Amino acid sequence: MKEFAYQRAADIRDALIAGGGGARYLAGGTNLVDLMKEGVEAPTRLIDVRRLPLDGISEAADGALVIGATTTNSDLAAHPEVRRRYPALSQAVLAGASGQLRNMATVGGNLLQRTRCAYFAAQECNKRVPGTGCPAIAGAHHNHAILGWTRSCVATHASDMAVALTAFDAIVRYETLDGAGEIPLSEFYPPVGDTPHVETALPPGALITAVVLPGAAASPRSRYRKVRERASYAFATVSIAAAFTEGSVRIALGGVASRPWRCRTAEAFLLDSPGSFRAAAEAELSAAEPLPGNGYKVTLARNLIETVLKELQP
Amino acid sequence: MTNHHRSEISLHVNGVTHRLGVDNRTTLLDTLRENLGHTGPKKGCDHGQCGACTVLLDGRRVVSCLTLAVAAEGAEVTTVEGLAGDGELLPLQQAFIRFDGFQCGYCTSGQLCSAVGMLAEHAAGWPSSVTADVSPDGPTPVLDAAEVRERMSGNLCRCGAYPSIVRAVLETEAAG
Repeated sequence: MKEFAYQRAADIRDALIAGGGGARYLAGGTNLVDLMKEGVEAPTRLIDVRRLPLDGISEAADGALVIGATTTNSDLAAHPEVRRRYPALSQAVLAGASGQLRNMATVGGNLLQRTRCAYFAAQECNKRVPGTGCPAIAGAHHNHAILGWTRSCVATHASDMAVALTAFDAIVRYETLDGAGEIPLSEFYPPVGDTPHVETALPPGALITAVVLPGAAASPRSRYRKVRERASYAFATVSIAAAFTEGSVRIALGGVASRPWRCRTAEAFLLDSPGSFRAAAEAELSAAEPLPGNGYKVTLARNLIETVLKELQP
Repeated sequence: MTNHHRSEISLHVNGVTHRLGVDNRTTLLDTLRENLGHTGPKKGCDHGQCGACTVLLDGRRVVSCLTLAVAAEGAEVTTVEGLAGDGELLPLQQAFIRFDGFQCGYCTSGQLCSAVGMLAEHAAGWPSSVTADVSPDGPTPVLDAAEVRERMSGNLCRCGAYPSIVRAVLETEAAG
């Protein structure tokens, strides 16, 4: 691990002043510290934001649920209002990592975690050093993307939480020295294009302060299901967050793309043909471009969409 | 001249406060083992994947291999050495002995700290990934074998002593 300076931020402004450049914000550290050990991340300064008063979950006047950025995964999953109104989010968080890691990891950090592509961890690639290629495309890619990828990068996004947040149209709030801003999660992760190293739409040095769940997206009839290679404590091969709300259905897939994949095509299909779950799934996945080693994900995603919607429908 | 890559910190471990200087890169695990003589927490994978280094931080189970010592300043750290008060083993520790919840023992300290944290999480009403209904308005999930296996899945045992570990945890829970 490369040497670094460490400081605890006294408040948000203090963190923002110290941030930027070669600095990284440290919260739970479950991904960042691991990547520093691997030499993938080499910050010159760690700004510890874990103890900033950004934790806790509160209800806004408009019925939205505001989740502080340093709320731990554990506290998010256990929160009564999350379990009551957005159960798929609680289930998604509980499906990720282990009890120990969920106690450490935070909501803001979860959104910023890096891919678990084994090539990314082991060697230079387009995500780490632009122009160095994507070894996964011709290599071991059975866990890689089937949707939205390019010849630049075929890595998937690892978060379960973000899949559920995407289905619920969550909004990311951040602060910069120039002021505060918001980004819908649907625009938070830019398309891969030829810039896979650009992973979020956050301005440089921005600090995530909260994630907002719109009240209108609340759906007690929602579910997260994750398929993985062992019963627990593994990343998704394919996962799904699905929610029925007044007059609509929301679907997002995990493990299939560089970001949580909101299934707008399937959702629109179901508005015209309610109940045609298999046809909707097939319409969504007609855009899939599997590699030789991960075609199983197309079948898996189709079956997950169909099965979960059938079980969940009112 | 100040060395910005080192920090002077206070660590509270098992009720005792230690002042020490650390390289900022040092994990809590290495500090406990190499500087403070607490060799209970074990280094298995050093990447948060095996759970052998599990300790309690302010009462919550965490992996000490991904916790930086500087970031743990001010928190109350409990290692396996601090679980038993006055030499009296916890019922959980006694159950591990009674049901033979280990073979080589390398994962045991992590299993014990994890189980203590896990039982507290369950007592607080936290659901798990195998809890059928996560609604807070339903009944509290009963801690059965499936729940224990899921909630303890962050602790690997390469000897495969899982059946005995699950039994020891269930017996502890049943004894209240």
